[in-house]
Amino acid sequence: MSTEKTEREAIFSPKNIKLLTGPLNLNNPITVQVLGICSALAVTVKMKPAIVMALALMVVTAFSNLLVSFLRNGIPARIRIIVQLVIVSVLVILVDQLLKAFVFDVSKQLSVYVGLIITNCIIMGRLEAFAMANKPWPSFLDGIGNGLGYGLLLIIVAFFRELLGSGTLFGFQVIPQSLYNAGYVNNGMMILPPMALITIGVIIWVQRNYNKALIEK
Amino acid sequence: MYTNRYIFTYAAILVIVAAALLSLAAMLLKPFQERNLAIEKMRGILTSAQVTEANASNAIPLFNKYIVKELVLDPQGNILNTYTKSPKENAPAFKLNLEEELYNKSQKRPYKLPLYIAEKDGKTIYIIPMRGTGLWGPIWGNIALTSDFKRVIGVFFDDEEETPGLGGEIAKPKFQNEFIGKTIFDDNGNFTSIKVVKGGVIKLPEAQRIHGVDALSGATLTSNGVNDMLRNVLKSYLPYIKNHR
Repeated sequence: MSTEKTEREAIFSPKNIKLLTGPLNLNNPITVQVLGICSALAVTVKMKPAIVMALALMVVTAFSNLLVSFLRNGIPARIRIIVQLVIVSVLVILVDQLLKAFVFDVSKQLSVYVGLIITNCIIMGRLEAFAMANKPWPSFLDGIGNGLGYGLLLIIVAFFRELLGSGTLFGFQVIPQSLYNAGYVNNGMMILPPMALITIGVIIWVQRNYNKALIEK
Repeated sequence: MYTNRYIFTYAAILVIVAAALLSLAAMLLKPFQERNLAIEKMRGILTSAQVTEANASNAIPLFNKYIVKELVLDPQGNILNTYTKSPKENAPAFKLNLEEELYNKSQKRPYKLPLYIAEKDGKTIYIIPMRGTGLWGPIWGNIALTSDFKRVIGVFFDDEEETPGLGGEIAKPKFQNEFIGKTIFDDNGNFTSIKVVKGGVIKLPEAQRIHGVDALSGATLTSNGVNDMLRNVLKSYLPYIKNHR
């Protein structure tokens, strides 16, 4: 990525659009960059916490990217990781406090995982790899894009885990009672973290099958 | 290269700005957060009394409907305050911080205890709030008893950070429903509490099965925490119970 440019770029130039859409597929933070796996296993038992977690992470990556990018020329290189951590922690605590104030039941389900956003590798990874070397607007888009890519995967995993593990989606029963009467049972394994890892593995497999560019030589 | 002076000034300003922002957010959001905690407390009390339809949006009206009296007790079981007015959440009993009171008790300092009395289907229900320690952090809940304080109508447990799928299961209805119909006194009126039994109630002699529930597999320490919480808290209420049985 080139850094400073003198001519002004359009707000949604093709390059910027790519920042948003790249992480959805070819540069997905979970399946391609293999970052943020731990939280993806923990919060994907049900759809609702997965979506809230994805939104929370998107807000934090976008705004920490934006802030760090604004400050990037003034941050002393020797303490840059500390500065990044302070910015990320402030944002995470703010998100946590807002969740506790306005969506209490979700905040209870996410409990420790919101605090763990601080250590989510996606955020530090994007700060170091992108925001420290790019202008605020592209950095912001990069944050949103990576948040979306993370969220997309979380939602796919949560969809299968909730459907097969609990027979519900967003808490509503979708597998009809008649099927249970006929002997169908929910798969308890889907609720446990190992099946989340296997689900992610299957998604990586499918994705690489369709995108030959991702296959290492 | 930046000078040391620049680095220190930069760090100092950054930290001060961060601290100011966080304090401001904490101050502004506190009323909303406390509201949520109060609603959660009401939901717990109602759930233990088997008002199972209670949720975050209807907890306040249901609490006002079912709770008829809220008492503050001293350690000898004397009633310090009786509150019957509405809204019920303004009662001194509801505002007591059980964690602090139980800490005072453990430090041999004076303490107070809250007790809720509900009226449901013409029956009087006594609800005792509880608090204790699980494996990783605090656990809490409520136990609802019949008017003779013997039989359990229902319980409610919740936790902060017990292992999901293992100790965290204490917060699920499946575990809590096991307590329904158990008794905390034996036939001679001696206090027995209710024990969470490893390996299942079936291991106990038949006469004691009414005082036990099946433990959760893989959650021995959380189960011990539930045992201790039940015994410690119910013991504190024994003077009151003996006077009013």
